[in-house]
Amino acid sequence: MSSALLIIAAVTLVALWLGVRARRGHDMNLEQWSVGGRSFGTAFVFLLMAGEIYTTFTFLGGSGFAYGKGAAAYYILSYGTLAYILSYWMLPPIWRYAKAHRLVSQPHFLASKYASPSLGVLVAIVDVVALVPYLVLQFKGLGIIVTTASYGAISPTAAIWIGAIVVTAYVTISGVRGSAWNSVMKDTMILAVVIFLGLYLPIHFYGGFSSMFHAIDSAKPGFLTFPAKGSSVTWFQSTVLLTALGFFMWPHTFGSIYTARDERIFRRNAAVLPLYQLILLFVFFVGFAATLKVPGLKGSNIDLSLFHLSLQTFDPWFIGVIGAAGVLTALVPGSMILNAAATLLANDVYRGGVARQAADSTVTQLARVLVPIIALVAVFFTLRGGETIVALLLMGYSFVTQLFPAIVTSLATRNWVTKQGAFAGIVAGVAVVAYTTLTHASIGQWFPSLPEKLKDLNIGLVALALNIVVLVVVSAVTQPRAAGHSHARTL
Amino acid sequence: MVLRLLAVLPFIGILLGVPFVNRVEPLVLGMPLVLAWIVLWVILSAIIMAIVYRFDPVNRTGARSTEEARS
Repeated sequence: MSSALLIIAAVTLVALWLGVRARRGHDMNLEQWSVGGRSFGTAFVFLLMAGEIYTTFTFLGGSGFAYGKGAAAYYILSYGTLAYILSYWMLPPIWRYAKAHRLVSQPHFLASKYASPSLGVLVAIVDVVALVPYLVLQFKGLGIIVTTASYGAISPTAAIWIGAIVVTAYVTISGVRGSAWNSVMKDTMILAVVIFLGLYLPIHFYGGFSSMFHAIDSAKPGFLTFPAKGSSVTWFQSTVLLTALGFFMWPHTFGSIYTARDERIFRRNAAVLPLYQLILLFVFFVGFAATLKVPGLKGSNIDLSLFHLSLQTFDPWFIGVIGAAGVLTALVPGSMILNAAATLLANDVYRGGVARQAADSTVTQLARVLVPIIALVAVFFTLRGGETIVALLLMGYSFVTQLFPAIVTSLATRNWVTKQGAFAGIVAGVAVVAYTTLTHASIGQWFPSLPEKLKDLNIGLVALALNIVVLVVVSAVTQPRAAGHSHARTL
Repeated sequence: MVLRLLAVLPFIGILLGVPFVNRVEPLVLGMPLVLAWIVLWVILSAIIMAIVYRFDPVNRTGARSTEEARS
């Protein structure tokens, strides 16, 4: 058993123990379990929100994408920043409404704003669909870490199972509170590891950043800038916009809004959290350092680049440290995602749609039972494999961003959008994304005569545009008859 | 209103500015120009939002939240 694996196992056990400990002294009813009783202060909300974005995606996916795709990775640095700017104005009204109406979830928010339980159910379903690839990528990351740290002793398949079991155990043991503590541990470790790797590896292999980038530019011209086709500037612009709008649409991120004590927290965070994004630079540097030193990783294996480069460079014990940080970056968000998916199905689909009178205890129990089931579904998809970590996340974003128009318009004092409009818009957007994902189609295939630039547009953004059009048209047609000045035309 | 306009600048800088700086040279702080441009806007966003926070009247009113949550 390698020392790497021992270190990872030890850290994992500490994480589980912290989860159990955090739970003691609290009565775990439904509201506690999913939203932490609304008593978190600035520091915790900060950690919770920041912690959520530092997932396996950042650590392995970000470096993998830089290694495999070059400039395309720059989008990752851009979207969070723009999302935080939006959050300054968008989150406080959501928080106020949630507090006044004692909401516990995102579907609850929309169901309440539009007075439509079926809208709530639809939103919950879209959320769960979006969460699956997000969970899959966490499991994929865990699998990579465990296999690598065992120096090949544990097969990728076994590693994925182990990872899934650990996450499931962790969720079952504690709810949101456990995560906050482990978020602290995780963020400290990941910060230290990523900054160290991002500085050490380029200097060790190339002598400095300028030399590294010059070397890459000579060996692979055009790699560091956006190409004319494919991951082009248009792709970048549309993907950044899609993910910036979708950033707070994730049900667990949306849910963490409710945990703040005070709405000023969001405005403060809007100034501080963009800086946190800069850590991503170190992740990129690792990926770029690997570009010329770890040849031959292709397709979904680009996610292995950080570890392959580290294996070449460091002793097993340090691989263990890196692996432990990596496990936490998969465990903490993974547990939040699993938690969110289970709560959504139990509270918002089952109770919201099917059994309106269900008791809290029933819903809590159902959520606990669903956790291993959802984990199993995710394992199935993880084992099927094939997608890079970034591709998986973007898939999730394409779905979840479809909720943006309905949510944002509902914040206006006089919302012109009707529940039918919101419903239809979401369905239209999701349908486009689902169809293109299942058939592996792209805009270029559908409209071959489009100018080159438009073909690279992110499909999720195109779906969003359609979503908005449908939302507007259907809302116009379904305006309540009492409206004074009606622009609606009867058809 | 001015504050909101300030907040739009990073969107313009990042989304619309990138095509114009899509180059590797000159390297800024060791990074390709296009990457350095994005980094610049990330930092500017933080500064802009700090300014917005400072001057937004809505942040002057209201009680200061005192206790940290115990966990």
